[in-house]
Order: sequence, then structure tokens, then C-alpha cells
Amino acid sequence: MMNMPHWEHFEHEADIGIRGIAPTLEQAFEQAAVAMTAVVTDPELVSDALAVPIKCEAPDNELLLVSWINELVYEMSAHGWLFNRYRVAIDGGKLTATAFGVAVDRQKHQPAVEIKGATFTGLHVYRQADGMWVAQCVVDV
Amino acid sequence: MDTGQFIQRDETCWEIEPKGAMHVPAIIYADAQLLQEMDQKVYEQITNVATLPGIVQAAYAMPDAHWGYGFPIGGVAAFDPDQGGIVSAGGVGFDISCGVRTLHTGLNIDQLQPHKQALADALYRTVPAGVGSRGKIHLNHKTMHGMLTGGARWALDQGFGEQRDLERIEEHGCMAGAEPHYVSPRARERQQDEMGTLGSGNHYLEVQRVAEIFDPAVAKTFSLRVGDVVISIHCGSRGLGHQIGTEFLKDMAMAAAQYQIALPDRELACAPLNSPLGKQYLGAMRAAINCALANRQIITHLTRQAVATVFPGIHLGLLYDVSHNTCKLERHMIDGQKKSLYVHRKGATRAFGPGHPDLPAAFKEVGQPVLIGGSMGTSSYVLCGTQASEQRAFSSACHGAGRAMSRTQATKQWQGRTLVDQLAAKGIIIRSPSMRGVAEEAPLAYKDVSAVVDIADRAGLARKVARLEPVICIKG
Repeated sequence: MMNMPHWEHFEHEADIGIRGIAPTLEQAFEQAAVAMTAVVTDPELVSDALAVPIKCEAPDNELLLVSWINELVYEMSAHGWLFNRYRVAIDGGKLTATAFGVAVDRQKHQPAVEIKGATFTGLHVYRQADGMWVAQCVVDV
Repeated sequence: MDTGQFIQRDETCWEIEPKGAMHVPAIIYADAQLLQEMDQKVYEQITNVATLPGIVQAAYAMPDAHWGYGFPIGGVAAFDPDQGGIVSAGGVGFDISCGVRTLHTGLNIDQLQPHKQALADALYRTVPAGVGSRGKIHLNHKTMHGMLTGGARWALDQGFGEQRDLERIEEHGCMAGAEPHYVSPRARERQQDEMGTLGSGNHYLEVQRVAEIFDPAVAKTFSLRVGDVVISIHCGSRGLGHQIGTEFLKDMAMAAAQYQIALPDRELACAPLNSPLGKQYLGAMRAAINCALANRQIITHLTRQAVATVFPGIHLGLLYDVSHNTCKLERHMIDGQKKSLYVHRKGATRAFGPGHPDLPAAFKEVGQPVLIGGSMGTSSYVLCGTQASEQRAFSSACHGAGRAMSRTQATKQWQGRTLVDQLAAKGIIIRSPSMRGVAEEAPLAYKDVSAVVDIADRAGLARKVARLEPVICIKG
């Protein structure tokens, strides 16, 4: 389990921290995004009928994580989508991804909160001593 | 946090003297208990704010201060453009111009009681709330521009409200200096179907009864009597404000080095007031203030429609409309001289005292109404601005209870359905599309709003006028 890509939430007094942990940087970004969906609803309830292409770039990994999550927040807010799965590629500060999801169904998904944006609080992207990548930040809800 | 880190100036004023890179002291208004309960992060964040270029007098934290983003929530700081002062997107927050508007109904609680369920249903049906809710108004390019420049005045021109509403809104319903061309296509896209929606999180529409009066003379001026029914709306600039905050936070973080600003925390990202980026942000942020004012105006219109279905013929007039996430250009006394300063209030309410030139005639003698929202199921308060508040914190007061517990902890501790039933037993009707959302907003996940308001009163930030108790709560 410890070497499998996974996600978790961490505490922030007013909001929620999202964290992805995985063997590669790309997978850690994917898992952080699943953690973000889990702030809104149970990701298990979300199907993946839809594929949305996403691109962003930033001068460092931490700003790239914030940019990535904010791209998803924008897609969710402007188009009313929820995502359950992601495929991410990162090359020299450029992120190319596909987010798989479905239009929000208020009855089925019972979304708890909408995310206003990813913040720089608790923002860290690093490789642990065991080789696993960690990508995390607090999201404002 | 440890009170030993502070110099106690008086009963409610705790100071951290400038040290390291701090240009000014940091001051927290609290009593010993509230201060001890505050997260150490508030100390860290408020001292960080004191290091920002061009800050004047002190960096302040209100009694409801808690851990925010760069600035603590409940933070107040003023910057002088002539001394290299800055504007910070994090110092305003993502939900630009989030605020509270309170409406009189002219009803008393006995008149409401038999129709409580019907009114709850009508409001829940009429005012869109929660994630994914859309309004009935679609903005095209032209109407978007009108909204961003006109605020509540624009909403009025579209038929949402009455002329007399405007004088009971800060800036008379329209923030000057908005520059819509700095509002990105994405921010517009997020907003085009969101006008007149409450949003989610701690946003709500609440029917309340006046439970207690502390200052009968001011309460009379505010037209508040024990047993009166009022309606309060708490929401902000929706997707548009969030997107503007997101975009400028990144731009400012990336430009800090160019402006030679050493940021103790990336989230404090800022730009000089006189720089192109600083001016662009001010123009976009002011447009977002107009968006929030228009949004609360449209929700007021929807509320009037809903109430009219249950109580035909009654008139809902405004008590006042305050914003608590803003940066505004104001005149304040510094060392005996009037100066124009950019005052950031992040989770703090403006609290102009008696005689302030920006107040409507009705409030000139007593100071402005300061509307403090409680958490779901708990009291809210109406206070009034004081003369003393000008010296205390640039005429600012607290904005709410402030969270005491994270959302994760709250959902572990409570179930939404159980909370709704418990509040129903107390006579409070909750309507919400999300039971998990209700659990995250559990009353006990917040600090005791009464303690926070008592300190604001004792510190002279604002004076207590009335306490409101919830009767119906529409949660986003």
C-alpha cells in the first residue's frame, strides 16, 4: 500500500488540505486532484464518461501544482463538471493532462462545497527519503 | 497561543513590538482566553503582514482572527502609496467583497410562526443555493460590463430593487474605479450564469428574530425592536471573484522578485500600489466588489418575491449592506495628519463611527450598522461604528465567529441529518442541498460568536446594538 499512489486530506483551521503521494511526480499530481474532488463529493460516486484536456505551465513544481488544481476548479465551476480520474504528463514546467468526469448531479453527488481556488498555504511538492513524491496544498472553500 | 509573546496594552489590546523585518507593530484585539485559543499561525501571519512595504501604524487582528492565507482571516492593514505601499490579492482573499446584508420585514415573530414552514419552502425554492446552482439571469458581454461597473445600481436598472436600497449599501451600491477590462474571460465565464446565487460553504440566507437589544437608542435609529423579524444574506462575488483572486495571486507571486519584494510567505503575494500590476488588480478587484453588490441586490429581489408569496404586500427595506473582504482607498488620521490609505480588510468589517462623511444621513449621528454573521444555528449581531474605532484599527471590527475546528474534524464529529433534527427541535428550520455541507458548518465547529462580539465591544472597535437568533436558515 505504501508504494501505491494514494491521497489524503490534511487539516487547516478554515479549509481543507489536499495531498497526493505516489512514486512519480505526475501520479502525485493526479492523486492530489482526486483529493480535491473528495473535498466536494465521494469520488466513487463520479463516473468518467467525459474526457477534458487540460494544459498549464509554471516556473516551478509548486506553482505548477496550484495552476493544475486551479485549472480543474475553473472547469468544475464554469462547466459544472466533477472529475474522478486524471492522467498527467509533466515536461519542463509544462503540464498536459486529461481529466475524466461527468456533469454534476446534485441529487446523486450531494456536493458539499464548491472550491474557490487552490492556495499557496501548506504548498509543498517534494520527494520523500523513500522516493515517493508528495504534492499538497490547502484549497479555499 | 502563549500570551507571554505579547505586551498587554490594555484589557483587550495585545501588541507584538517590531522585530526582524517588521516595519510596524502587530496588534491583536482579544481577551486572554480568546488569545490563548487562537492558533499560533495567527501570530506568524500578522507579524508577516507587518513586514510588507509601506504598511502604516500597525498590522491588526480582530477578535475572530484565525489562520488564513498570508493574511490571517480577521486581518486589517493599511498601506501608503507614497511610501511604496502595496496591494495584496491574498490580503483581500478569494471571495472578494463577501459580506452581509440585512433586511427589515416589518413582521414580528408571532406573525411569522404560523407560516414558518411555508416561508422556508418559498425561500429555498426561489434563492438558488449550493454547488452547481445557477441563476435565471444570463449575462452577455454588454450586461456583464454593466454589472462590473455598476454594481447594485446596475441591478436596480435591471428591475431588481428600489432606488432607496442604494443609500443603505456601502459605496452607495457602486464601487468607483472598477476596470472591467482587467477581468479575464475565465472570470466572466464563471460568472455568466451565477448572478443571484448564494454559493456554498459558510454562505447562507437566514430569517432571524431580534432576541435582545443592548443599546435602545441606536436600535431605534436602526429600526430594530425585540421580536422583529429580519432577513440576513451572507455571500460574495461568486466565481468571478474567486477567479480574479486566483489569477492575481499567481501573477503577484511571480512578479515579487521584479518589484524587489521579499515575501516571508508566498501567499502574501503583492504588488506596489503604483505599479501596473497593482493598478490592474485594483481595477479588477473593484469590478468584483460590484459583482458582489449586484449579487446581493438580486438575491434581495428574489427574497422579496419569495416573502411576497407568503406575506403579500409587505415591504422589505434594507438595514445595511457591509463587505468584509476588501481593499479600499480611505482617509485616515496618521500622526495627526489625514492621509489617503489603502485599507485591506480580510474577514473584517468596516465600522465607520458617527459623523463619517460616507455614511447615509440616517446613520450620521450613531455610526454605521456593523453586521456580524454567526454560524448556522447560533446568534448574529448588529453593532454600530464608534469614534474610538478610528484609532483602534482604521474603523474596523470583526466579521463573524471564526472557525474553531477544521471541516475534516467537523464531518468526523457530526452528521448533517442529526444536526438538522437537533436544530429543528430548537425551532430552527434548515434547508440545504447537502447534508455533508451542513455537517461541515456545524455550530460547534465555530468559536462562540458572543465572546468575539463582546471583545469587539469592549475594545471599542464597534458597539453592541442587538442580538439576532435564527428561525430559518437556507444553507448553500
